[in-house]
Amino acid sequence: MSQDPVLTFTDRGIFCPDGGFHIDPWRPVDHALITHGHSDHARWGHRRYLATHQALPVIRHRLGQIDASGIAFGESLRIGGVTVSFHPAGHVPGSAQIRVERRGEVWVVSGDYKIENDGLAEAFTPVRCHCFISECTFGLPVFRWQPQDSVMRGIVDWWQGNAASGRTSVIGAYSFGKAQRILSGLGGIGPILTHGAVEDTTEILRQQGYPLPTTIRVTPGIDLAANRGALVIAPPSAIGAAWMRRFGEVDAAMASGWMAIRGLKRRRGLGTGFVVSDHADWGGLVSAIRETGAERVFVTHGYTVPFRRWLSEQGYDAGIVSTEFGEDMAEAAE
Amino acid sequence: MNRFAALFATLDGTTKTSAKVAALADYLRSAPGEDRVWAIALLSGKRPRRSVRSTELRAWAAEKAQVPLWLFEESYAMVGDLAETIALILPAGKAVDPPALASAMRELAALSGMDDDHRKAAILDAWDRLGPMERLVFNKLITGGFRVGVSRGLVTRALAEATGMDEGTLAHRLMGDWTPAATSFDHLIGDGDSRADTRPYPFALASGLEKTPEILGAPSLWTAEWKWDGIRGQLIHRDGLLALWSRGEELITDRFPEFAMLADFLPSGTALDGEVVVWDHEADLPMAFSALQRRIGRKSVTRRILAEAPARFIAYDLLETGGKDIRTAPLMERRARLQSLVAGLSPTLPLGISPALPFSNWEELDHLRRSARQFRAEGVMLKQVQSPYHNGRKRGEWWKWKLDPWSVDAVMIYAQAGHGRRANLFTDFTFALRDGESLVPFAKAYSGLTDAEFAEITRWVQKNTLERFGPVRRVTPELVFEIGFEGIQESPRHKSGIALRFPRMIRWRKDKPLSEIDTMENLRQLLARAQA
Repeated sequence: MSQDPVLTFTDRGIFCPDGGFHIDPWRPVDHALITHGHSDHARWGHRRYLATHQALPVIRHRLGQIDASGIAFGESLRIGGVTVSFHPAGHVPGSAQIRVERRGEVWVVSGDYKIENDGLAEAFTPVRCHCFISECTFGLPVFRWQPQDSVMRGIVDWWQGNAASGRTSVIGAYSFGKAQRILSGLGGIGPILTHGAVEDTTEILRQQGYPLPTTIRVTPGIDLAANRGALVIAPPSAIGAAWMRRFGEVDAAMASGWMAIRGLKRRRGLGTGFVVSDHADWGGLVSAIRETGAERVFVTHGYTVPFRRWLSEQGYDAGIVSTEFGEDMAEAAE
Repeated sequence: MNRFAALFATLDGTTKTSAKVAALADYLRSAPGEDRVWAIALLSGKRPRRSVRSTELRAWAAEKAQVPLWLFEESYAMVGDLAETIALILPAGKAVDPPALASAMRELAALSGMDDDHRKAAILDAWDRLGPMERLVFNKLITGGFRVGVSRGLVTRALAEATGMDEGTLAHRLMGDWTPAATSFDHLIGDGDSRADTRPYPFALASGLEKTPEILGAPSLWTAEWKWDGIRGQLIHRDGLLALWSRGEELITDRFPEFAMLADFLPSGTALDGEVVVWDHEADLPMAFSALQRRIGRKSVTRRILAEAPARFIAYDLLETGGKDIRTAPLMERRARLQSLVAGLSPTLPLGISPALPFSNWEELDHLRRSARQFRAEGVMLKQVQSPYHNGRKRGEWWKWKLDPWSVDAVMIYAQAGHGRRANLFTDFTFALRDGESLVPFAKAYSGLTDAEFAEITRWVQKNTLERFGPVRRVTPELVFEIGFEGIQESPRHKSGIALRFPRMIRWRKDKPLSEIDTMENLRQLLARAQA
């Protein structure tokens, strides 16, 4: 009988000794279980990949030729001495929490998650477990999201205001997940243009059958006059960059959880920021952890030090999982 | 409150000056008069007296939000703004019946005399009546400091737009220490009795000269004087009242009683611009800035201090004479009238003139500049001979050409996140020099680098933290910076025994390893040179 914990923490990432696989490892391994397609979770160079059927197309698009298998949400798979299954995390389309069971002992790795159903990603479902490994990107009580409807109304108002005064609205959003969430949440009030990086992912998700409106890819030959007053969705790196100049008079904004903090908004030189996050806010983290029923909690990715302390004070057996990334400073990634 | 919060949101939500001015002008045209006065005061930097301590606010907000105080503090360290942290952390309230700006200010002022329970109840009640944006603004009313990218100049411009009045006239009328609670809008912008009181003029400001002055054209168009290392001030005498105003528009007359006698010698209707320094009568030069520090922030001035650190006003401009505003006259003319005014006074008075420095070409002036330290100056000022006395800063006619700073190469040992727009970015660093085998901290600095450099250092700090003390990180001693400073003196309060003036990062020396940083011995040698 194995003395190892179900999951261990190594310098390559989370490892399951009895299953011989890693979860979201950051250095090349033999067998990688991937929660979702964002680049800090789905890395290049592993020998074999396992992810949900819904997550694989984007992962393949980003990583090229890989040896990958798909799994359905809720499907059980025996790997070595453990049983694994993937459950919706609500973060981006196809994103999963990974459940690992060994002889009745259940551990869950949350990956990135959000509680609110955004209408596009498969909605988060709590998974009962003994030990929960939770992200805490926004693990401070100052982070409290407004319902998606009201944020989307704010974006629409801003867009229409700009359109009325002849300006193009440019919104910065991650090209996988956030961009499509905004696309699907706005409703068709005018032409939506997309940066190439956004359109590539959007096209993949559209083919998968996710309900996404028609968009126009921004190309050098695009007829901008015909699309006056449009909304442009671009990756954050394009905001304020030379790429934006083609649109003439623009009003640029960012869509990110970090926009809740005025200082961070100002630092980007932005007047407008929309608080849209694909991560759980403080209340979301607290309720998600409670609903797992777990007594042991490990926190990772975010404000780990204060969040762990708070969990300990609430009676949890709480620890920190370090990643190779810096902890608890904003704008690392969302 | 709603309207003012909406104005605040608009100002905060745009980086365009024209949009800010338009929003301000709109508010100043249409808000109730008493709210307008408060808005002008708050946005141009007048702070109301605090009636609630920030420690109380933190405790009440944490309690209301049901989070432990330490977690509130962690959140504050991340957000970098107390008013905002409270607004973000509080649960949603009823948000009904919010008070108007002026009445909110009256309610706050009334709290000063009350006991703790009443003040707490009043603040919690106010939070409950306000929406999220109103709460942020309300908290800022309590904690002071409205930084929303609005300068007094911008407020003045908007006020000019709203009233159709001349901007320069308004700038002058907004000067001084008027109190918003006791001033009506009409009185504030009206002529009132501005000549009878001792209101100062808006200070003319110089820009830093970063290149050599060849770009300024012919030397004959310019006059030069020392850039004194004291406190900028306006000394004003009107109808027997003598007032000394600091550049921050604080009335500091009482801190310098030796100037009181000037009321008997300066004609009424005189306004001088100059520098307050502590005078070394033997050397006939100012003393080091540290001597002046003994006079600043001290309410009662003892006989001993007066004898050991006597103040003197070095005048460099004349703004008003015979009750007449002469700021638009050319500098040469103002200087000539200043000369004749001061020449008629006894040399024993604590008043002198900042002499014009003789130079016929830029090289000569550069030579003089390099000798500035001998004259206890920090560089030279260059002013265009025809220039008027501007309202505020106008690039091109007044320049400060400072000494090259002292500098040493030092290693970063602690890092802390900044506030406001630097929240979440490590920007405040402590530096050390080598002393034998150990590293001795000797300076803190938080300016001089670009945003991109701060971002790069922030990523580095995250990966190289050795220890955390609350918001402070001890980091691997590895990053080397050239630290510049304007002055150096002994200080028993500092671990290194040495205090620096205006330390800042001149550049990040990526080319230098830890083994090549300067030593405490190098710093002590600089101190010896400064004292010589």
